[in-house]
Amino acid sequence: MNKRVLMKGNEAIGEAAIKSGCQCFFGYPITPQTEVAAYLSKRMPKVGGTFLQAESEIAAINMVYGCAGTGTRCMTSSSSPGISLKAEGISYISAGELPCVIINIVRGGPGLGGIQPAQSDYFQATKGGGHGDYKMPVYAPASIQEMVDLIGDAFDLADIYRTPCMIMGDGMLGQMMEPVEFKERKMRELPSKEEWKAAGLQGRKKHNIINTLFLKPEELEKHNIKLQKKYKEIEKEEVKYEEYKCERDNDLIIVAYGTTSRICKNVIKEAEEEGLKLGLIRPITLWPFPKESFKDTLSKTKHGYLTVEMSCGQMVEDVRLSVEGMKPVAFYGRVGGMVPHKEDILQKVREILGGEK
Amino acid sequence: MSVIFKRPEALLDVPTHYCPGCTHGIIHRLIAEAIDDLGILDKTIGVAPVGCSVLAYDYFACDMFQAAHGRAPAVATGIKRAVPSSVVFTYQGDGDLAAIGTSEIIHAATRGEKLTSIFVNNCIYGMTGGQMAPTTLPGQITETSPYGRDTSTAGYPIRVSEMIATLDGACYVERVSVDNVKNIMKAKNAIKKAFQNQIDGKGFSMVEVLSTCPTNWGLSPSEALKWLRENMMPYYTLGVKKDITEEVE
Repeated sequence: MNKRVLMKGNEAIGEAAIKSGCQCFFGYPITPQTEVAAYLSKRMPKVGGTFLQAESEIAAINMVYGCAGTGTRCMTSSSSPGISLKAEGISYISAGELPCVIINIVRGGPGLGGIQPAQSDYFQATKGGGHGDYKMPVYAPASIQEMVDLIGDAFDLADIYRTPCMIMGDGMLGQMMEPVEFKERKMRELPSKEEWKAAGLQGRKKHNIINTLFLKPEELEKHNIKLQKKYKEIEKEEVKYEEYKCERDNDLIIVAYGTTSRICKNVIKEAEEEGLKLGLIRPITLWPFPKESFKDTLSKTKHGYLTVEMSCGQMVEDVRLSVEGMKPVAFYGRVGGMVPHKEDILQKVREILGGEK
Repeated sequence: MSVIFKRPEALLDVPTHYCPGCTHGIIHRLIAEAIDDLGILDKTIGVAPVGCSVLAYDYFACDMFQAAHGRAPAVATGIKRAVPSSVVFTYQGDGDLAAIGTSEIIHAATRGEKLTSIFVNNCIYGMTGGQMAPTTLPGQITETSPYGRDTSTAGYPIRVSEMIATLDGACYVERVSVDNVKNIMKAKNAIKKAFQNQIDGKGFSMVEVLSTCPTNWGLSPSEALKWLRENMMPYYTLGVKKDITEEVE
């Protein structure tokens, strides 16, 4: 039987990666994710894997490009400003259709910003932080246990669709400690990488090329259409979300992910005592976004939706696109590393409901 | 009848896009000959840069990667760490390696990555149409130094080989030229040695090859070779800049 252990989020990420078959890690120190690298620098040599501290986030993501191109499971991790530097590489990895996992333990921005938790990289993660028409699946765990569970899912999804996959946690998830269990997990059925990987001919007649250059417009368009087809498939098959108390007729439904969603669950409990009925939609995949959950709940929320984020309002745009103007969508956010307080959220709820139940 | 000269196995039978008189073709061939001579085609993986030689991935018969501008040494590091039994080389021009990719080449070298880097220096950005490179000589006219490179505003050319040679992780660094048959033979030996070092598990090896760009220099192929000898060689002196091959276990 597996034991529950008390672990810091960032260290749990490292252990989960190893347990998911990650063979190489390329990283660079940046607060608040540095413990991922520190943990893997200790563990990787013990399990025959590779830990390498790169000279920059740019080099780290390009090492991932090379490593993933040989068909090897690999990962990098960083925090917001570092992810901006990796954006070029993520675009190349998406274009080259290489499977890998990228961790972003988000801190406040823009610029150097701060080192406290934030959710202000939602646009960057879900709308393509780099150039070109690409999409990247993004998982947003709400607890260390869920983060650990999703890392295995992320590696599998990356292999199945030949895509980078991001785990996006706010700084809180990286830094706090929670009990966690590394469960036995069955890998999904994975496609062979033999057909495309460039790890040396080893008897193969024709060389494989990991490439992102298509000089002929016809070919580049064809490549884009192929990528878009894959993204449609991911949108169809890989959406994950949690609905909490959404089955009943609610006064309002809150939409929140990650740490913020946990605060909102407490808000919902407290609101019950005032006789206010609230539900929660918690996207677990930020892209693909769980649009269907809004179609399902549209008739079960009297006053529409309230999106709560540690940002100035990013996910709220996807909520509005999903609701298509059929119900009002309000927003409450704190930024800069400030975490929303449940009393403040409750106050916003009362405002929206205008005293009416 | 015996065959005395043929295309190396490591080079594919395809037309290249290089301009007439460009020396990339010679350098490609030397690399392919080295791969053939060492019998390593099956385990060699090449990394092409951004620049004129970006399409090198279509010309070599081994598995190939195309890297983002300047990032080839980082990509190569990822490949080599994942498949330590492979032989990995980067093929980079002077814009790619000595400007945007300075950080990656220095750190791959200082980490002693078991890689082979072939650095093609022709003092100019070729693919974008002849702009000033970090290696452009003082006074040299390019599209972005139309009055000649003015060192008071555009600084000085970088001698990459001498710089890399200062790093403890570098095992072997040599500057060669492909301006005449004798130098081509020397270049071949240097490239082969840079691959042999990697096979032997020794540290980072780099061969800088002085090369011509007749198109962007505005010279005929033979005038370009003359220009290389008269202008590049005095600044970028040929020879071994570092060799600790014998000392490395």
